[in-house]
Amino acid sequence: MRGGLAAALVVAGLLLLNALFTGAVAPAFALPPYLLQVLCLAGINVTLAVSLNLINGFTGQFSIGHAGFMAIGAYSAAYFTVTFGEAVRAALGFLPAFARDGAVLLVALAIGAFLASIAGFIVGVPSLRLRGDYLAIVTLGFGEIIGVLILNIDAVGGARGYSGIPKLANFFWIYLFAALTILVVYRVVHSSFGRTLVAIREDEVAAEAMGVHTTRAKVISFVVSSALAGIAGGLFAHYLMYVNVRSFTFLKSFEIIIMIVIGGLGSISGSVLGAILYISLTEGLREFAQYRMVLFSLLLVILMIVRPQGILGHKEFVTFLTKRRRSIGAAPGTPGNA
Amino acid sequence: MALLQLSRVTMRFGGLYAVNELDLSIDAGHLYGLIGPNGAGKTTVFNVITGVYTPTSGDIRFDGEAIAGERCGRITRRGIARTFQNIRLFGEMTVLDNVKVAFDCRQATTLGTAMLRTAAHRREEERVALESLELLKIFKLDHLAGEKAKNLPYGNQRRLEIARAMATAPRVLLLDEPAAGMNPQESIELMDLIRWIRDRFRMAILLVEHNMRVVMGICETVHVLDYGSTIAIGPPAQIQRDPKVIEAYLGGA
Repeated sequence: MRGGLAAALVVAGLLLLNALFTGAVAPAFALPPYLLQVLCLAGINVTLAVSLNLINGFTGQFSIGHAGFMAIGAYSAAYFTVTFGEAVRAALGFLPAFARDGAVLLVALAIGAFLASIAGFIVGVPSLRLRGDYLAIVTLGFGEIIGVLILNIDAVGGARGYSGIPKLANFFWIYLFAALTILVVYRVVHSSFGRTLVAIREDEVAAEAMGVHTTRAKVISFVVSSALAGIAGGLFAHYLMYVNVRSFTFLKSFEIIIMIVIGGLGSISGSVLGAILYISLTEGLREFAQYRMVLFSLLLVILMIVRPQGILGHKEFVTFLTKRRRSIGAAPGTPGNA
Repeated sequence: MALLQLSRVTMRFGGLYAVNELDLSIDAGHLYGLIGPNGAGKTTVFNVITGVYTPTSGDIRFDGEAIAGERCGRITRRGIARTFQNIRLFGEMTVLDNVKVAFDCRQATTLGTAMLRTAAHRREEERVALESLELLKIFKLDHLAGEKAKNLPYGNQRRLEIARAMATAPRVLLLDEPAAGMNPQESIELMDLIRWIRDRFRMAILLVEHNMRVVMGICETVHVLDYGSTIAIGPPAQIQRDPKVIEAYLGGA
């Protein structure tokens, strides 16, 4: 019951914000289009970072092909909408327009997530059976393969990019799925299954010796992570209305890795923070023009020297605050370390 | 029929026979010591039994069933648990979670029930938490349940390793140098603990140890390895007098 109420509140809140930001309530509250777009891209990056953290941060398997799964999700979801979107819309004629759009988007995202998870399974099974850094190498290659493959499929535009995708995603959908991703990853991590994932990260040999089916756990974690990346890709395509393979190179994968590293590997709130920080920094430093990436890299280097474990480390935001307060030595009777 | 039976087990790495034609059998409730100079192949025996290595040849039977070549996790679920010579705890996890992970291998929950937080899943989690605390109490670690495993002092880490192995509900427990790095007082407590575990759970315990006071003090049978081959098997008193054992340890005259 409480869960249902919370979900309803989140949906209502997001709808309200969406109406506010787009100026549907009152034009005075509308965000400038540039800011709204940055906000939406930040939401997509939150989904990407939190999902990658499941495999890189919690399971301790280093994947550098997240953009590849995102690409699969983006292209397959977009292809569905462009090809079958109208037919689905016609079949759902009895529904109001926004519900028809929502239905098409949901089906497209489901397809994107499904295909991305299949790809995750195919990549994961052989490389996760081994111990060590094989996943990094395989996923790096996989990302490149996906790029070349898409480049050669003319039905989705090839090198021209895929255009003409209807704009079905907006602030509401993007943040709804960011919230869902956080919920999914949170529940996975805070369950018996999540415990085994962290155990694998800490010591795979010992985890196996404690009866954990390590390969299966790693593959499940990787597949869930890939599916969520596929959803992020689908939202990306339906928000920008245009996708190009160049958006999904290994540079994108590294971007996501940077987000989770600055936030703290193994911290969900850290990933959220990292994603938002990354976008704010790269966008905020735009006024320095050609020095932008120099400054950005410098900031990253300083951060890694000061806090090598990332801003939040392994902790979540709430515990981070309470622990901090206690260590400073709060006066007796001070609330806050409950 | 012995609970754990190794017959003519050989483990070869290239030209090196780490374990050579080893015969070994342990019954339930038996405390069996495996000793030998450094490099005699004791830890390799553990790795062969627990499935880390597949033996080059030979037969390993647990409760009558052949287990050689099975996956490590599968063998653990059958009922053979181990500790590690170089402590391998889940350092960033709490003491309680370390034990819970081991409990999970007998749990029926799946990712689906965990995601939906079903009532059955919650009950199962509560049961695991309770039993884990119960187990930690036996090992006098319950007051440290919320502490990260890596922050524990050495002796407690060793005890936690044993507690974690016990959480998989084993019938055979393999202890790889549990007294390493312990002071005399701690090793005496450890001996009592090992004896108590054996009596309480009637399990077979295979002990690799360099601390002779511990081995001779609690084992009913001592098995001496040298260069992968058996040189003596017998009760402690007999082993201590065995000229071959003395030669292996002190060198021939």
